Amino acid sequence: MLYRIEQRPEPSASMRIAAPIIATALTIAVGSAMFAGLGYDPVSTLQAFFITPISSLNGLSELLLKASPLILIACGLAVGFRANVWNIGAEGQLIIGAIAACGVGLFYPNPESPILLPLMFVAGAAAGMAWAAIPAFLRARLNTNEILVTLMMTYIATLFLSWLVHGPWRDPAGFNYPQTALLPAAAMFEPFDYAYRVNSSVFITVVAVVLMWLFTDRSFLGYKMKVSGAAPHAARYAGFRESSAVWTGLLAGGAAAGIAGMAEVAGPLGQLSPQISPGYGFAAIIVAFIGRLNAFGIVLGGLLMSLLFLGGETVQMNLGLSSSLTRIFQGILLFFLLATDFFIFYRFRRVPEHA
Amino acid sequence: MIPRLELRNITKSYPGIVANDDISMSIMPGKIHAVLGENGAGKSTLMKIIYGVAQADSGEIWCDGKRIEAHNPASSRALGIEMVYQHFALFESVTVVENIALSVSSTFDLKTLARQITHLSNRYGMPIDPHRRVLDLSVGERQRVEIVRCLLQAPKLLILDEPTSVLAPQAVGKLFETLRQLAAEGCSIVYISHKLDEVQELCDSATVLRNGKVTGSAKPKETTSLELARMMVGSKLPEMRVVPSVPSARPVLEVRGLTSPARDKYGVALKNVSFEVHGGEIVGLAGVSGNGQADLIALLSGERRHADASVVRIDGKAAGHLNASERRGLGMAFVPEERLGRGAVPPHTLWENAVLTANRRGGLVRHGMVDRGKAAGFARDIIERFKVKANGPSSSAQSLSGGNLQKFIVGREIALKPKLFLVSQPTWGVDVGAAAFIRQNILDLSRAGSAVLVVSEELDELFEICDRLLVICQGQVSPPLIRTKTNREEVGLLMTGADRGNDIEERSEVAVQN
Repeated sequence: MLYRIEQRPEPSASMRIAAPIIATALTIAVGSAMFAGLGYDPVSTLQAFFITPISSLNGLSELLLKASPLILIACGLAVGFRANVWNIGAEGQLIIGAIAACGVGLFYPNPESPILLPLMFVAGAAAGMAWAAIPAFLRARLNTNEILVTLMMTYIATLFLSWLVHGPWRDPAGFNYPQTALLPAAAMFEPFDYAYRVNSSVFITVVAVVLMWLFTDRSFLGYKMKVSGAAPHAARYAGFRESSAVWTGLLAGGAAAGIAGMAEVAGPLGQLSPQISPGYGFAAIIVAFIGRLNAFGIVLGGLLMSLLFLGGETVQMNLGLSSSLTRIFQGILLFFLLATDFFIFYRFRRVPEHA
Repeated sequence: MIPRLELRNITKSYPGIVANDDISMSIMPGKIHAVLGENGAGKSTLMKIIYGVAQADSGEIWCDGKRIEAHNPASSRALGIEMVYQHFALFESVTVVENIALSVSSTFDLKTLARQITHLSNRYGMPIDPHRRVLDLSVGERQRVEIVRCLLQAPKLLILDEPTSVLAPQAVGKLFETLRQLAAEGCSIVYISHKLDEVQELCDSATVLRNGKVTGSAKPKETTSLELARMMVGSKLPEMRVVPSVPSARPVLEVRGLTSPARDKYGVALKNVSFEVHGGEIVGLAGVSGNGQADLIALLSGERRHADASVVRIDGKAAGHLNASERRGLGMAFVPEERLGRGAVPPHTLWENAVLTANRRGGLVRHGMVDRGKAAGFARDIIERFKVKANGPSSSAQSLSGGNLQKFIVGREIALKPKLFLVSQPTWGVDVGAAAFIRQNILDLSRAGSAVLVVSEELDELFEICDRLLVICQGQVSPPLIRTKTNREEVGLLMTGADRGNDIEERSEVAVQN
């Protein structure tokens, strides 16, 4: 018997719901086998991975703290991804946004001004957009490949940050550590409770999710971008400009990443250092796809990704699993999630064998 | 006498449909047998089963008295069964002889092969130069390459799938001569078509399919086309109501001295194209495919723009520089020849596809937001008014059959009450009933005052609905012909470039002799 993969006439509604459940079941099965094979108790490992991190208030606070930038950036990126505009440089846009926001926070003449935080917000968004505008311009005008340009711009951003914190912006009172001075209180988001790190910037993410949903699902501009992504010839037939999809897609991603960068420095970090992001900009790409480029899917994807980050740390600390093992486990889950999604649109069909 | 090919109770189903249901037929040696049917009747599936591309679920195939079991195209060729597909499988960048050598699995001896090609093609009256690149060949010549490729195998049974859909009338005549000569030499031919007149002219016997079943067999030369059509369609054919046209005083579409380079290496440069279309009339653009129709229509629809705004005027306003959406603002609507991916976004729902062009004139977008309720209502109206077979506005475009999607797209554009209506291949791959329905709607739109330009490769269609005809050949457009004062021969000559066309024929003769 041979099998052939064929497209379903209509995407399967039942697979849409069943896919994540099947993926979870497969991950637990394969993960348990892997843990058991290596001599770890599968039940307690899985518990440490998924239950322990969120069984305390602090755990929940950390979950939200990490999920927030992931969701925010993924929302911005998904706007472009829907139109086949592949911004994979959100990490760089996040860094530039953080630099601009921190610069405003450090050097604004009145460190107690109530408009300091809003100014930083604007600076972060604008800087992220400006960083994304470079690949947008190059793609719209010269048809360069935005995947390469956005990625390479990330390296530039990382090195620029490194230069700043090692050089001109280094805190003179910081014992020569490569970091800036701490931001004044007026330049920081207020935590809900000083015992936990999560702060009011999560509301930015909530607003972003709603805006993203309105934009992609209801607005005409979002509709045009969806058409550009699904059928470029139909977009030309309808008279939608391709360059407008490129600009909108890249600028949305840049703004979201820039704001996320600003929320990081004005939240848990309070200053710039060479490593300000644990790869949020890249992880958000995965979040966007786990969420099927849909606003509410992205929320779930972001929470899951954040849980994986936390669970990975927990099993390393509590059970002594190696970090590569946790990464393999994370990879297994993501693989099954994306692989089962494939069967929403495709199916196997048996074809009889013949000569 | 033992039949060359006999099918007994062939059944083949795909998920959701039975493509072939208990089909039996037999073809004698040296006979030309037609398989008639609308699009989707199951003709192509049946041919795939005969050729071995697909396997029947049940039933038997017998060839020269021997049963064929579990075969594939290679074993079919070994039995002497050859097939010419509707869409050619040629490599454009290499020469004719190299193309043929690739498919002939024997020795790779180009010199001998080239001699054989020249010999065979001359013998069957379709000369072809084996050393020309396929890229430089016209569609008709490419078809010759495909046929010669089959003839090299000295076939006992030749299957041709809609062979005339790409040919000018004169070329059709030549093809028929070749096929008759082949049949006279004992080769059986299966001729798939939905064109009744051709089948009546060429074929000895016919099997008519509808919805995967045999609905009749006939001797086409002794059967009226009306009877054949009824077997194909099943019900009474709608009759076209053609009211005389009352053209508006001022043209709605004016094209003045439009010259443009080819869009790419597959395009055709346009040379000084000028014509006009008035409100209330239908102007047809005839031509063999690949003579600049695609380039011209893209420049008229706004998918391609022109630096000189005044070469195209819509409703009196210079529009050459405007994009498609801006031209729609001037009252243009357009049905492109590719339905999926151009006229509609395949994975999107019908209501979303309604928004594609009805966003402004249909009022489906307000304050930058898509009005989903209104879009669904708009789509529902089209589905009802144009009898689109679909589950509703939420069906995806790709789930509709070609004919139904075409009805939806035509309906969407007509619903916008355009002043100027451009239609490319309105009934391509659409069954007879739906085609008549679409043509009637185009006629009604024109008689209500719209200016209509129809681009089609089917002369019958153009002669049925157009008031005036233009002919495009190698990027040049002829002066308009009045439909009632011209005939197929005149148009056919213009399509092949009349004297220019003869030149080409002679030159290829010479090249072959060298």
